[in-house]
Amino acid sequence: MADPFHIVVCGSLVPDPLQTLEPVAGAQGPGLKNETMLPAVLDPWAGHALFEAANLAKQVAGSQVWLVTLGPKAKLQQLMMTIAQKVPFQLVVLDGTASGFADAHEVATALATAIQGIPGLDRNRLLLFGGCASASRDSGVTLQLVGEQLGIRDQFLGVDELGIEPDGALHILERVEGGQYQVSRCVAPPAVLAWATGSLPEPHNNPQVGMMNMRTIMPQLQKAKPVTVGCAGIQYDTVKLPSQRRDTRVVRDVPAADIAREIVDWLKA
Amino acid sequence: MTIMTKPETQASLQTLPGDDVRQIMWRYADRFDIQMVVQSSRSVARGIVAQLVAEGARNTHDWTEAKNRMFPAFDQSGITAAGLDPEYGGFLTGPRNLALSLVAFELAWVDAGAATTSLVNNLALGPIVERGTTEQKARYMSACIPPQPGETRQPWRGAFALTEPIPYVGVDTGVLGGKVRVAKWTEGAEPMLQVEKRGRFITNMAVANFVTAAVESDDPRLKGTCMVILEESDPGIFDRGAPTHKLVHQLSSTHDPIFNLTVPASRIIGGYTVQNGVIVPNYSHGDIIEAVFARTRVTVGLMTSAKLLSAVEPVVRYQRGRFRGGAGLAPGSPRYDLGLQQKEDALHRLVDIWASGEAGSSLGFETARLFDAWEPYVRRKEALFAEQGITGARAQMRALRQPRAEALEYLALLGQPPAQRNEVRFAELDANPLVHYVVQESLANVLCPACKLWNTGHGTNMLREAVSLMGGYGITEDCPGFLGQKWMDAQLEATYEGPESVQRRQLSVTMTDDLFLAQYRQWITDMRHIGALRPATGACALATAMELWLWTFMHLRDAKDADGKALYQSQRHGVTFPLADALCWLLATRCQILDVLELAAKGPASPNLAGGGLEGFVNFFTDLCHVHTARAAGEVGRICAELVYGYDRHPAWECDLRGNCTTAILADALDQAMPGYSMIAEALSREFTDQPLPPDKAGPCVCMRATEAFSRRRTKLDGCLTGARLAKDRAAQALTQVMIPEALDYPA
Ligand SMILES: Cc1cc2nc3c(=O)[nH]c(=O)nc-3n(C[C@H](O)[C@H](O)[C@H](O)COP(=O)(O)OP(=O)(O)OC[C@H]3O[C@@H](n4cnc5c(N)ncnc54)[C@H](O)[C@@H]3O)c2cc1C
Repeated sequence: MADPFHIVVCGSLVPDPLQTLEPVAGAQGPGLKNETMLPAVLDPWAGHALFEAANLAKQVAGSQVWLVTLGPKAKLQQLMMTIAQKVPFQLVVLDGTASGFADAHEVATALATAIQGIPGLDRNRLLLFGGCASASRDSGVTLQLVGEQLGIRDQFLGVDELGIEPDGALHILERVEGGQYQVSRCVAPPAVLAWATGSLPEPHNNPQVGMMNMRTIMPQLQKAKPVTVGCAGIQYDTVKLPSQRRDTRVVRDVPAADIAREIVDWLKA
Repeated sequence: MTIMTKPETQASLQTLPGDDVRQIMWRYADRFDIQMVVQSSRSVARGIVAQLVAEGARNTHDWTEAKNRMFPAFDQSGITAAGLDPEYGGFLTGPRNLALSLVAFELAWVDAGAATTSLVNNLALGPIVERGTTEQKARYMSACIPPQPGETRQPWRGAFALTEPIPYVGVDTGVLGGKVRVAKWTEGAEPMLQVEKRGRFITNMAVANFVTAAVESDDPRLKGTCMVILEESDPGIFDRGAPTHKLVHQLSSTHDPIFNLTVPASRIIGGYTVQNGVIVPNYSHGDIIEAVFARTRVTVGLMTSAKLLSAVEPVVRYQRGRFRGGAGLAPGSPRYDLGLQQKEDALHRLVDIWASGEAGSSLGFETARLFDAWEPYVRRKEALFAEQGITGARAQMRALRQPRAEALEYLALLGQPPAQRNEVRFAELDANPLVHYVVQESLANVLCPACKLWNTGHGTNMLREAVSLMGGYGITEDCPGFLGQKWMDAQLEATYEGPESVQRRQLSVTMTDDLFLAQYRQWITDMRHIGALRPATGACALATAMELWLWTFMHLRDAKDADGKALYQSQRHGVTFPLADALCWLLATRCQILDVLELAAKGPASPNLAGGGLEGFVNFFTDLCHVHTARAAGEVGRICAELVYGYDRHPAWECDLRGNCTTAILADALDQAMPGYSMIAEALSREFTDQPLPPDKAGPCVCMRATEAFSRRRTKLDGCLTGARLAKDRAAQALTQVMIPEALDYPA
């Protein structure tokens, strides 16, 4: 059986994707219209990473999971009312912006510093998890940058599956072009695993898990330190939605084949 | 004196209210356990429940495999355990009324039948929780707890069987047909009972493993009525019966079961004693069901309110997009952007729907919180009475006479400024748990039936309005938000757990309680104060309407009809029931205003709200209060006027005309309120004297001397409506600008 892992998941919140997202220029740089009031969800890629982390921790006894998150703490507190009930974890909070306009290098530095400060974290057993991308910032570089700042050289940036071999080595399937997987073997932690979708369903909410988590999460939220990351020194000339207009249609009873055909037609167009 | 007017341009609603807003308004911002239950109920509602409705699972009366999938979802998400005590595996410590109300609210947001299914275990367990013996609580609550990791056990489900086939229990719960007899009683052993019960419309019967049933003794060796617990494996007949062909709540199972079972006497809920060779149950079925319904009815009321609020988003989306896609209609044009929202009527009606949903929710959650606050005092009272050996309803009533008198004194002191009252006496009364018990009991006895009656009854009417705003789409299965189903379902919410007549009957008694009326009087003063600070809420108009109601009630209590018969008496539903209806409007609106004040007070401490939006929410909700106050005032004025005048016989020309006509003095008095009134009166009276028979339209007029005080109040109330329509216009305007999500967050 493998030695316990120390799994650190980086992830924050994004506006609920069903909301109308309208870029606006604010005093602190660009943002979204009514951003503070829009309901937020855990960034879906970070969510996959967190659920995979919890699953791994369940399989390898003694493992621990931390969620390191940079976001406005009041909104994070709301988010925890859902996320904290899904799987057990400890929270590390950096109180700052989770805006998609913040600079990825600054975000990575803040996250790396916070990870270095986690008491009792065994850097030799560290698996750094997160999303391979983000629903608010799709540059897909943050995790790589955090890994580099922590000196982790083994990086896997489109993970869909992680298995632990009997000798404790990591067996990793990464997405590559054309629906193919690249299979890697990593002898031991530390490693960075940026998750694509994984294969786990979203765990059920379970308030009992939540209330256990909240015992440590609330104090963390209360003592969260403000962190400034963002747009300082960056000038945005214009900010607008991607040119492809999002036309949400709600349709019923359409066979999957028809939906697939429509997507293919759209891609080809 | 200067009259301040508020500028007509003010911050308004930017987004639909989210959790940050609701947690403050409904007072669970500091309860993480409740917030989590809300989130997990929401994910079940908008996940599996919505899928079931969208897939057409409601289109059969049978309890299908698909419908049955809701149970594991309730178990996994903590919904089942939310109703259970921590010592038996639950996780919510302390009273749970607010938490369970929010669960019902979240589920009913999508489907109230699913909400019913989730809560029926609490109803079935209710008699055991409220009055059961320790052994009964342990056995049935532990059996209902969902399996823990590693366990393979199936959790038990329950049903509550009170209603019986005609001619027995329905609205009148005393007419029991279900019988219990002593089947076998050997010396020194537990007596065995034979229970025969037929149920009608019993929820959860398709799956119930146990049933709590109301029965009456048919044996001299057993006294009175009681509730017994029946298990599916008991010897005899446990026939689940045929599914009811109901048109509503198809995500709950309803059957007409038949039971004929032998059970040990230990199944009598709350236990029994043997006195002179007779089994005497410790609680009659009446004692038990009142205690159970008092709590569960609040959750039902909230189901209908949830549905009203759930209608706002789909209606706004439908209205805005109504004409999009039409030839030559360009994005950016008002017709494209606003669609039907260009029409004032469509907006005004939606404002009314929203305002009713707010008022109902505020009343419901206030009632749930009241039960939470009251529960510790109930336990204290029970413990004190047990210590003192005070048992039986009569003895308890006698024992509470003194605390009730003290409670009146306490309320009088409570209304005085601390500096002016006898603080020593106040502290003494405040420390007496029985004083708090009776004060809160008097409120619970009014708020609970008011919430069940008004939220469901008026709510059903308003759901019909919501359906109509969606046009033909509204009455199809495809209507987003399932509005047609929600409307129809609401009729059941108004019926089960005691239909409207039961609630009106209860209110017509409990609202006359001096303890309630003392608090009601204080509320009038409070509303005046709020009206002075925040006139835009309409609080002052509400205070005037409350005064009108109180005056009318006092008048009716002593008044007689034209034939000399007393007006306010229990059989005279024509008097008591409408007055109960009028009171509900006032109670709901008062709670609505208080919730908005709470948001205004606590909102600034919420970074998510203070960062933007709070002012808009407060202004918009304030306007909704004003709109609703006007509506409530109208209802109260109408009902009260009909009752005050309607039982005097209308004068006819045979009698002395002048005595019956409006007097000049009164005409002058009314002239001040309605300029021009005296001229009309004078013209009319001139006409009378000039002609042998007066013209059809001219009277005979009614002398209003006896009710002058009423007219004055009513006229004042009319004036109090000032500004209400401006508030409605502002709220309507806000609906055209509020940002809504791109799609509903549950399938349709
Ligand atoms: C889907 C569904 C689920 C249900 N689930 C349960 C359950 O789980 N357990 C259970 O025990 N019951 C259940 N019921 C029964 C429900 O509580 C009763 O239908 C309800 O109490 C009304 O009784 P009734 O239908 O016999 O109406 P009736 O008693 O016939 O009353 C009909 C109407 O007559 C008038 N009326 C009758 N009596 C009076 C009076 N004294 N004063 C003034 N007006 C009066 C009222 O307008 C009343 O609404 C359910 C019903 C339905 C439809």
